Amino acid sequence: MKHSYIDEYSGIDSFIHRLDPRIKIITFVGFVFSIVFTKPTSCLTFLLYGLILGILIALSKIPVRYILKRSLVVVPFALVVAAFIPFMKQPVGGYSLGPFGQAVSRDGLMVFWNVAVKSYLSVLCMILLTASTCFSDLLKGFAMLKCPQLIIMVLSFMYRYIFVIEDEFMKMKQAKASRSVEDSKWLDVKALANMVGVLFVRAYERAESVYLAMSSRGFDGTVRTIHHFQITAADMLFFSAMLALLIGAHLFGV
Amino acid sequence: MTRKIIEINNLHYTYPDGSRALAGITLDVFEGDSVGIIGSNGAGKSTFLLHLNGILRSNGAVRIKGMEMTDKNLPHIRSMVGLVFQDPDNQLFMPTVFDDVGFGPINMGLKKNEVETRVQSALKEVDMLAFVKKSSHHLSIGEKKRVAIATVLSMNPQILVLDEPTSNLDPKRRQELIDLLNRLSLTKIIAAHDLDLISQTCSKIALMDQGRIVALGPASNILHDETTLAILGIKTHDLISASPNALRKPPTMPIKLAEESDLD
Repeated sequence: MKHSYIDEYSGIDSFIHRLDPRIKIITFVGFVFSIVFTKPTSCLTFLLYGLILGILIALSKIPVRYILKRSLVVVPFALVVAAFIPFMKQPVGGYSLGPFGQAVSRDGLMVFWNVAVKSYLSVLCMILLTASTCFSDLLKGFAMLKCPQLIIMVLSFMYRYIFVIEDEFMKMKQAKASRSVEDSKWLDVKALANMVGVLFVRAYERAESVYLAMSSRGFDGTVRTIHHFQITAADMLFFSAMLALLIGAHLFGV
Repeated sequence: MTRKIIEINNLHYTYPDGSRALAGITLDVFEGDSVGIIGSNGAGKSTFLLHLNGILRSNGAVRIKGMEMTDKNLPHIRSMVGLVFQDPDNQLFMPTVFDDVGFGPINMGLKKNEVETRVQSALKEVDMLAFVKKSSHHLSIGEKKRVAIATVLSMNPQILVLDEPTSNLDPKRRQELIDLLNRLSLTKIIAAHDLDLISQTCSKIALMDQGRIVALGPASNILHDETTLAILGIKTHDLISASPNALRKPPTMPIKLAEESDLD
């Protein structure tokens, strides 16, 4: 069995890690909104956002490499969407680009820059939030901020069982490999389809057993947890400092 | 005088698909007893255990401390009967050990600080206090088994019901778990294939076959009776060599083999 983590750097002791999860969630979601509502032309504001994020990442003691690596996973999706926009806009005051001389509009390029920079900064915000909070605390924080219970439960079970299911899949793959003599891609695909089916049935059966175990311990439809969160002066200080910085960046950048 | 804590009177159960799992079980368990349930695969052991806290309910044959399995009694019964499932990955479903051990007490409606003390003492009892903040996924199988027991101990049960507590454990972890079970002074019902575990932890044994209890008696007697063991497919000398502990107590009472007429 592997020891896999979703939140491998959540155990570090730093100022950012010690913040109350609720404050962290509100601040970072606020940060994302602030990024989204910035005018695309105010480059200076974006630069300031980047600077603030850089400082926060440094404060969190999370390796920069890890954050950049994670951000690369999300970025392609945003870029693929954004990349086509310049070609779709009406070519008003555009340029000719590429071997076929496609018309590229300035408006379109602006939208592209807008989407690219905003999505990347937002992703960095969310990575910092999730990497600096242990997953169960993050869920509790969201639950206390009145996020629907059903979503919290689904995520909580996902966190608990995703690696169990991954382990099961790995064992099945090993069992298959030990009995595969011929190396045929087509057989592989067929076997894979069966394995996914078996995995689904097993996950379903496991869900039934888990439900029995929950009922045995008095589960009545709502998962209740207790928390040890406490909003301290440091939390309020962080929150007000971030608020001031974000408003400042907005005003300064215009 | 010891009181009856579990009364089972002619319990039948048929699965929705028509397969008969329990065919008339009658059993009384007294306070402080530890009863081992043995039997081959498919004998109905796990199905039987699921009746003890009302997960499965059939013809009202089970009473816990005189209480019937009604919707009204169920919450109380579930806090009284702690059922630990065989696969700890199913037993531990919350993100952290703390949340898992606290799950039962919170559902019982206890206050926050009482939940915390319950969690602490339950984890202390199984020697897992240091793991309170860990995620269950990152525990070893032996640790998971211990935490799984703590998840029901935190509810302060009077009866502990365990399904195959030593499966998949190495000899050392297994012995540690047996010692742990012997330390707990509750009424215990343990279903297992591991006869050495049964002989070390249980004073009475019920042998199940095809949904019935075919023999019931003191552990040493059952484990020495060739006809009962033949049902399990065990030759006596295998058992003796595999489990020296089974030999420690000389037989004192005759085994009561249930008669055909009792069963029907």
